[in-house]
Amino acid sequence: MIAYLIRRILYAIPILIGVNLLTFALFFVVNTPDDMARMQLGVKRVTPEAIEKWKQQRGYDKPLLINSVATGTSTLTDTIFWQKSASMFVFDFGYSDDGRSIGREISTRMGPSLAIALPTFLVGLLVYVSFALLMTLFRATALDIVGVALCVVLMSISGLFYIIGGQFLISKLWHLVPISGYAGGADSFKFVVLPIVVGIIGGIGSSSRWYRTIFLEEIGKDYVRTARAKGLSELRVLFTHVLKNAMIPILTGVVVVIPLLFMGSLLTESFFGIPGLGSYTIDAINAQDFSVVRAMVFLGAVLYIVGLILTDVSYTVVDPRVRLQ
Amino acid sequence: MKSMLLALSLLLLTACDGGLWNDPYPADDAGKSILYTAFTERPKHLDPAQAYSENEYEFLAHIYSPPLQYHYLKRPYQLVPLAASEMPSVRYLDKDKRPLPATVAPNHIAYSVYEVHIKPNMRYQPHPAFVAEKMQLTAADLADIQTLSDFKQTGTRIVTAADYVHQIKRLVHPQLHTPIAGVMGEYIVGLKEYAATLQAASKSPGFLDIEEYPLSGVEVVNDTTYRITIHGKYPQFAYWLAMPFFSPMPQEVERFYAQAGMKERNLTLDWWPVGSGPYYLSENDPNRRMVMTKNPYYDSETYPSDGEAGDLQAGYLADVGKSLPLIDQVVFSLEKETIPYWNKFLQGYYDASGISSDSFDQAVQVSVSGEAAVSDEMKVQGITLNTSVATSTMYTGFNWLDPVVGGNCINSLSPRERAGVREDVGNCASAERARKLRQAIAIAVDFEEFISIFANGRGISAQSPIPPGIFGFKEGKGGINRYVYDWVDGTPKRRSIAEAKRLLAEAGYPNGVDAKTKQPLVIHLDTTANGVGNKSRLDWIRKQFDKIGVQLDVRSTDYNRFQDKIRRGDTQMYYYGWNADYPDPENFLFLLHGPQGKVKQGGENASNYNNPEFDRLFEQMKNMDNSPARQAIIDQALEILRRDSPWLWGYHPKQYVLQHSWLHNIKPNIMANNKLKYWRVDAAQREQLRSEWNRPAYWPLALGFVLLSLFGVWMWRVLKKREDAR
Repeated sequence: MIAYLIRRILYAIPILIGVNLLTFALFFVVNTPDDMARMQLGVKRVTPEAIEKWKQQRGYDKPLLINSVATGTSTLTDTIFWQKSASMFVFDFGYSDDGRSIGREISTRMGPSLAIALPTFLVGLLVYVSFALLMTLFRATALDIVGVALCVVLMSISGLFYIIGGQFLISKLWHLVPISGYAGGADSFKFVVLPIVVGIIGGIGSSSRWYRTIFLEEIGKDYVRTARAKGLSELRVLFTHVLKNAMIPILTGVVVVIPLLFMGSLLTESFFGIPGLGSYTIDAINAQDFSVVRAMVFLGAVLYIVGLILTDVSYTVVDPRVRLQ
Repeated sequence: MKSMLLALSLLLLTACDGGLWNDPYPADDAGKSILYTAFTERPKHLDPAQAYSENEYEFLAHIYSPPLQYHYLKRPYQLVPLAASEMPSVRYLDKDKRPLPATVAPNHIAYSVYEVHIKPNMRYQPHPAFVAEKMQLTAADLADIQTLSDFKQTGTRIVTAADYVHQIKRLVHPQLHTPIAGVMGEYIVGLKEYAATLQAASKSPGFLDIEEYPLSGVEVVNDTTYRITIHGKYPQFAYWLAMPFFSPMPQEVERFYAQAGMKERNLTLDWWPVGSGPYYLSENDPNRRMVMTKNPYYDSETYPSDGEAGDLQAGYLADVGKSLPLIDQVVFSLEKETIPYWNKFLQGYYDASGISSDSFDQAVQVSVSGEAAVSDEMKVQGITLNTSVATSTMYTGFNWLDPVVGGNCINSLSPRERAGVREDVGNCASAERARKLRQAIAIAVDFEEFISIFANGRGISAQSPIPPGIFGFKEGKGGINRYVYDWVDGTPKRRSIAEAKRLLAEAGYPNGVDAKTKQPLVIHLDTTANGVGNKSRLDWIRKQFDKIGVQLDVRSTDYNRFQDKIRRGDTQMYYYGWNADYPDPENFLFLLHGPQGKVKQGGENASNYNNPEFDRLFEQMKNMDNSPARQAIIDQALEILRRDSPWLWGYHPKQYVLQHSWLHNIKPNIMANNKLKYWRVDAAQREQLRSEWNRPAYWPLALGFVLLSLFGVWMWRVLKKREDAR
């Protein structure tokens, strides 16, 4: 397994270089260093000299990919791409275009993002699986039909509606939690309750239907019939046998997203005033801050690769027949 | 179920701290003199040499003390001393530096010397840079330092004239981007050369001590006096002295932040300002909230004792003579979305709020006479409305370099100017056609309708670039744009579409068809507005052009491309706006000054408008003090502009601000950024009303619990029955 993991990690290097190159190309197709300078310096009273100075100080006055006037390795290294990308492979993200340490910003914002994403993920998983099992338990009854219909309705509604509706009902009308905001430590509880509840409700429809499908597929298999024939209760059949055997497809969708929880949620963080990484990324895109955008894309790619590796490893845990070679 | 019960228990536990369940602030803050407000975007810069945006000045204007400020109550806007003990004296000198009388004509003045006397014994905010041993920090010293408040030891010192001079030198610091470096380089004697000197010096490694390099145009006379020498006469210079660019900057602060390990911790002057104003930045987490706390050493200012007529009755003079600031702390919370902001305001968790379009109908009702007042729902909560016309203008410009909508008659230009004019835009007949076309469009585009539909009536139609409140603006019949409006029954009435069509026909486009080519006339409008949200606005503007049979082609583009087109002059029409830097007509009319054209000179004249007669009047007017003579010149200049119509003058937005009853001394003042120090909150009243408005509703929790329990019991019974049946 170790050899497999090392191989996967080595595979990640060209993938990350490719992601970096793609981000770089996409960003600079849309924005030029001059545009970035103008965005940072504002509209009023900006002189061409100020733009040149801004670019020079941040290294955006260099050629993009190839420095034709340089010699030797400098042809490649004395470029914007190299200067802005190489250090990221040792997780040195440098400074944003407004002069703030990106590494420090990420470490500060990761906590609030996780405070929302982790409980939403864990409690959500519990709720979705439980609801799916419940529908499976009462399959082909009125409860199942109502449950499925409810799932379809819930998954048809925009996430924004849940946020605004939740804020209106729970915060504005019933005054149970603050509408938005965040505080550190134990004080964070009252701020994260609503985003978590909204996040869970928003995901019930699609997730529960998906899990229900998986469970229904499992429940028709021979080992379930055997378990029933042995006189096991329906609850025991579901929770001990069906759930365990349905873990592989569940893990495929679940484990891969665990590392990405660090990246936060764009919409939720924006509406609930959560100072997480989701809002950091969107702010950087709006501000055309390439330093932050490439750092966040790189981090996202790394975490996704980690998620995929973890998924593979998790298969060996839930199914002893699986071997990583 | 267990996790739900746990969550419920925790929620109940948090309620046990005695606070309201939905209170976003710590329970300890209850009853304190704190102002709660919000910011929508984190400020980019907090270094007074670099900051220039409104959202940056919201903080800096309270943290720093430049020599001057705008009187909070008096109108028209008037400069008064802030850190200065009196208004700066100005001496005029000829080119040999001999004194000139104050009445001398501006063209004889070679230099103006501003002598500024600052108040003695003003002190800086508490800061570790004022503690001597914090100037040589080692890595070990910084090991536990994450934020500025981690430095337990702080100090202060007296503000000196040298600190003001130091900041003026910083305006051209090679590592800083000062937006006004170019403008100031033209005026402050020696500043341009000083920039080159510092640039050369910055090539040496290490800390650049700008005090080692003298600047000829500034001089420290003694601890409380300094002089600034500028080229020629520039009365607007006094307005710049009211901006944070001219605040004091202690040299040791720069050295403190330049130490190794500081930048990695985001400890920079651009993030942790150090000033001598009424507040200091005590918490800076722009991802969540920023807090300004009263500077304990600020004791140099009291509430103004006089204002304008009606201020006494309005209650604006209730705190006369009290030491400023009146509020101990200001909490700015990051609120990116308007809906949470608005709802928190209604719950009493923000003390004041603007009004978004979504909330307008809920907040404001407009009477038949057009008067805006708060709705009954707001009245019940004791919310009041303050309105004021902004010193800004939103306009649609024509590109003077375009042969269809722009261009001068070559005969009106000087021989030198003629040399650079293309034949197709220098033709007198085509210039006249373009003028009539612009006038026709100006009549057709009904900005009164625009304001009513898209701004909820929050604005007034512009008659020229100069908004109300700025010298040169004229009310009534004398102030209307007679090329677009007639004066009827005491109000301006937009001219008829028939009149616009007549002008269009005279321009050579009868019914919107080019009489020569028989092709329909198509005008291109460049804008950054796109998407569904802006569709109605774009449809509306197309409809305006349809009224005279002209086709409008809207070219929506992103911000970068739009700016690029403007820079290259690759537009016919475009949307733009301008906020005043200072309340002087020069700050608006320079947007149409020929030598400041965007394409040729890279200036702020985005229309590239060029009329030698207007330029002459502008140059004559710009250095004059406000007087009837200056007004007469402005009137002539405006007449030229209205006739030429290089812009659709658009509108001047109106600001609507709602405030709760516990907030006092809120008088709209568009120019002053340091208003918060005059405001007062009645914290006890706020606590009482918040408690009344935010009582938690327990029944949904109880109902949810009961329903879940019943469902659980029912399910258990069904399952049991099913098992029993097997």
